[in-house]
Amino acid sequence: MKPNLKSPQNRPITLALLAMGGEGGGVLADWAIDMAEQNGYFAQTTSVPGVAQRTGTTVYYLEFYPDDGQGKLGVHEPILSTMATPGEVDIVVASELMEAGRAISRGFVTADVTTLIASTNRVFSMTERTASGDGRVDSEAILKSAKESAKNLIAADFAQVAEDTSSVISAALFGAIAGSGTLPFERQHFIEAIERGGVGVKTSVAAFDKSFEIAETIVKNQGRAKTSGIPIEISARPITPGEISPADQLKIIADPSSAVGSKLKELADEIKRDFPESVRVMAVNGIKRTADYQSIKYARQYLTRVHDLIQLESDHGNGTARLLNETARYTALWMTYEDTIRVADLKTRGSRFNRVSKEARINDEQIMEVREYLHPMSEEIADTLPTPIGKWILRTKPVTKIIEKITQNGMILNTASIGGYLLLYTLSRLKPIRPRSLRFNLEQERIEIWLGRIKKFTPMNYDLACEVAECANVIKGYGDTHRNGWRNFTSIMDEADKVANNANAALRIKELRIAALADEDGSKLRELLVV
Amino acid sequence: MAERSFATEVGKLRASAGEEFNGEGILAVTKALLQSGVAYVGGYQGAPISHLMDVLGDAKEILDELGVHFENSASEATAAASLAASVHYPLRGAVTFKSTVGTNVASDALANLASGGVTGGALIIVGEDYGEGSSIMQERSHAFAMKSQIWLLDPRPNLTAIVDSVDIGFRLSEASNSPVMLQLRLRSCHLHGRFIAKDNIKPSFTLRHAMENPVRDTNRIVLPPASFLHEQEKITKRWPAAVEFIKDNKINELFADGAEDFGIVMQGGVYNTVIRALQLLGLSDVYGNSKIPLYILNVTYPIVDDEVVAFASSKRGILLVEEGQPDYIEQNINAILRRAGVDTALHGKDLLPVAGEYTPAAVIKGILEFVRKFGPQLLNESNLPAIVTPMGDKPNSIKSNPPTEQIHGRPPSFCTGCPERPIFTALKLAERETGKHHISADIGCHLFSILPPFNIGATTMGYGLGAAGAAALHDPTSEKRTISFMGDGGFWHNGLTSGIGNAVFNKNDGLLVVVDNAYSAATGGQDILSSSASSEIRSTKHPIERAVRGVGVEWAKTVSNTFKVNEMKKLFKDALTTKEQGPKVIVAQSECTLNKTRRERPITAKKIKEGKRVVRERFGIDPDTCTGDHSCIRINGCPSLTIAANPDLMRKDPVATILNTCVGCGLCGEAAHAAVLCPSFYKTSAISNPSIWDRSKSKARNLIIGSLQRGLDRRLVGIEA
Repeated sequence: MKPNLKSPQNRPITLALLAMGGEGGGVLADWAIDMAEQNGYFAQTTSVPGVAQRTGTTVYYLEFYPDDGQGKLGVHEPILSTMATPGEVDIVVASELMEAGRAISRGFVTADVTTLIASTNRVFSMTERTASGDGRVDSEAILKSAKESAKNLIAADFAQVAEDTSSVISAALFGAIAGSGTLPFERQHFIEAIERGGVGVKTSVAAFDKSFEIAETIVKNQGRAKTSGIPIEISARPITPGEISPADQLKIIADPSSAVGSKLKELADEIKRDFPESVRVMAVNGIKRTADYQSIKYARQYLTRVHDLIQLESDHGNGTARLLNETARYTALWMTYEDTIRVADLKTRGSRFNRVSKEARINDEQIMEVREYLHPMSEEIADTLPTPIGKWILRTKPVTKIIEKITQNGMILNTASIGGYLLLYTLSRLKPIRPRSLRFNLEQERIEIWLGRIKKFTPMNYDLACEVAECANVIKGYGDTHRNGWRNFTSIMDEADKVANNANAALRIKELRIAALADEDGSKLRELLVV
Repeated sequence: MAERSFATEVGKLRASAGEEFNGEGILAVTKALLQSGVAYVGGYQGAPISHLMDVLGDAKEILDELGVHFENSASEATAAASLAASVHYPLRGAVTFKSTVGTNVASDALANLASGGVTGGALIIVGEDYGEGSSIMQERSHAFAMKSQIWLLDPRPNLTAIVDSVDIGFRLSEASNSPVMLQLRLRSCHLHGRFIAKDNIKPSFTLRHAMENPVRDTNRIVLPPASFLHEQEKITKRWPAAVEFIKDNKINELFADGAEDFGIVMQGGVYNTVIRALQLLGLSDVYGNSKIPLYILNVTYPIVDDEVVAFASSKRGILLVEEGQPDYIEQNINAILRRAGVDTALHGKDLLPVAGEYTPAAVIKGILEFVRKFGPQLLNESNLPAIVTPMGDKPNSIKSNPPTEQIHGRPPSFCTGCPERPIFTALKLAERETGKHHISADIGCHLFSILPPFNIGATTMGYGLGAAGAAALHDPTSEKRTISFMGDGGFWHNGLTSGIGNAVFNKNDGLLVVVDNAYSAATGGQDILSSSASSEIRSTKHPIERAVRGVGVEWAKTVSNTFKVNEMKKLFKDALTTKEQGPKVIVAQSECTLNKTRRERPITAKKIKEGKRVVRERFGIDPDTCTGDHSCIRINGCPSLTIAANPDLMRKDPVATILNTCVGCGLCGEAAHAAVLCPSFYKTSAISNPSIWDRSKSKARNLIIGSLQRGLDRRLVGIEA
């Protein structure tokens, strides 16, 4: 790109980089300045790192002006600005999607001049991370706004490129800038600047190359789109780990038994026979989960519970099958509550060892140890034991005292050691006695009451019944968190009973459900309950 | 500085005459000092001038060659007082600090220095931390210059101009026997550009010469009657001398005068922004060839009356672009014009924002209004920059529908592995049992506790003033004690006397936590008295606990590993409930992870390469036992502890997850234990170059565990497809 020489303003080329501390934004700026100066340009960069270097956002602002025969260092220099002017930024680079959104909000991205290079990865904000439920912002909305705001949008997961090449995102972004063709320098000039920088050259160039190709391809396709008039999508949203692709979903709907093993075929056939298509995927997941948790018999019990709602859904539903789906979801989750046996079961599996080893990037020459941070409470121990013994422990103060004494500071268990593994393994083999345990019976009772309420409310107020179903999500966690969740749940259920006949009952319960997830101690919920 | 090398920057300081110097603004100033024959430099670190201190700290060799003394002053007051060396001796000296906070601390010494006046050039380089990215209150150093009659330089943000202003500053100081303040804006300090270097100069008069030939002159000492004379001397001698020097040397610049009958007056520091604004309005080219007369105040105090009158009297109106408030210069110019009987209209904060940073957007709008009033024919109204175009009627107008709801603030927080975070985790957990206390915060990384997820801390009154900030909340009948925080940096800066000595003397019963991470960490990791590293040029390893006991604290405990959350929590509870009288001091000690990593990373890499056994630890979270309640994040907040899409097919809420940036500090595990959270946390140890014992142990384990796992898998057959 040439500087805006034809415009009356004749201003320098401008670039704003929005990055977070530790991402190497300063390095990128230095490469760019060095490259420009080596190629006869006047160039300048400023930034305001300050405390932002510790996880906050930093804006690096760069300007480039060519040698037009008039400039002379220290004597007659082009006047370069230290701050970006909204509407006058040619290239905006964002190291993360929310940062791209921030650039748009600040007016840096405009449709007539700006090429927006945005990495689509997310680095979640504190607000998103501390929410008790799902506090994530809508990435799609940011991407949509980016498409509308920019002249050209080059969006890809450059953090992944950095990861794949063992480099840092700044090197990947530098490649994307080069590949975008927006700066008046050749690919080789960029690489030379990295080489002169002298730090992590090999990995940086690898990341550079990969991103260069990505950006170049996007630009080419955009060009084609413009001439052919066919809008080209940047990329479809990738399937996240917990999602089933639409194609696979269709397969499950058509033939539920294709998604299960031999022991669950019978139940899967039942799903095909009796369940509407809209809930089949959920129900299949539910039987697998409950079978994995306890037994095929338990999975059958699950299916029976959900089965009861099919008629109610078809009689009172609004076509969304929300009630059936959410009840199917939370019945399964509730039935597979996390007790000591479940935790031990999940932690001792071979698949888990593989996952942990992959995550820690253990190579063939390394040896891995895994230390679990466990903190069983006397209640949790009593919960797992057969009801009479469990009750006796909880009743008998000296016994609980002894258990608490042993467990009060928690325990650290090396699951990769034989002793540690055997301990958890033995616990996991207590599955057969689970149905006789204190907690099991308590939870079944609670589930039945909850399902009873849903069934009762459905004919009265379908939306309210849905809300009650979703309220099961309020109960989560372990220890105090679980206790708080249960307390919140019961107060919402009491309220539901009270307001069930009101027209806005569903809204009220929804509001309370969200409030219950807003904070640690339920104060937001209490506040709303008083009103 | 302990864990970081500035060898590259130090090398640049050797540039000789004619060589092109390439680097940051603040580094350019460092080089300019050496080019000016400075004899001594002092200062207190803080953004944006830390770099000057850090580089000189590493430049012992060059400084020795030139005979320049460099000192890391104990505080800005120390730095300013050290300029006393230029009172009697023709020694050029410079000190630097962050402003206005540092200038506040220094102002006692600065006032005395300015009263008696100087013989050698005395330069105070202030990093004006104002506007976006600023971490302090928004005030102006200008006020200090005015009250003490210290001349204030505000050069254009261009490396050549900044470098020149250092030399001019010294000469102005000597010509007027007054200290000079060189004000560098945040962005100017971090500005990366070029200038042509000059040779470094050895000071002609040396420190040794001064020490061996002591001079005294009671007329320079601030005590009546000399102090009354100083006041007169400032007005009758030093000020006129300064004005004469400024005029003679044409320090203030005049461009395009006569081009129009209206013009713009500006601080040197906002020159580039004004030129860009003019350029976008079609009123200047990129080289600053303006169509409108410009008067640049490279000296913003004192204002030269004659120059202002000359510029204004030939014009119908002038616009003053003065960043910051109060509008000292505008008031000054108004007074000058009124006194001179010039009725030129003076515009300023009526067209420009009264408060806040003068961004291009703000300046463009102000200048546009001004030119519309005085020279509308110069404007092409159909081709205005986007920022002043009404939304929607031009293709380049700025989007009116940004994704506002999707944008969260990203306030700073503790780094991954920061040893300060567990202190606040422990306090948060302790407060669940003891109830809430009044907590007085201080300045330093630990101030991030006031932000989510900790939300701890009620006020912050200044560096080292954490304990002092809780002093008045002192009622022996209260059942709750106050808690105050202070960093090791603030402790040595003044906290030992202002906070701890004060608490002992006044029999305060509160708890004071001194966060000792072995560095002045928030300012970039400089060494201090209690630093644990050995330093060639400084005396370190002076324990904080010994100092507090020295001023009379009886209840003092040092925790040497802040990651032991349960122990920290217990200690907090003890300190808050003990029957013992007098202040309780906890020294919470663990090395700053940023600096620790800088030191250890290369060592570890080398060890692995050499085939030595190295264990790398990191934490993980089992996604299948995590229920997505995120309680762990709310008492931790580590950047490496985040959320991820739930891999579970049925659960909707994201799970907590740990990124590969984890350094295995241990807080996740400790917090899970202390807060009785959940069993999902685990620590993996990756053993590189394992020993034979490691290998055989692992073999046996794999054999047994592997066979049991195959058994488990068999039992699950038939569930999954």
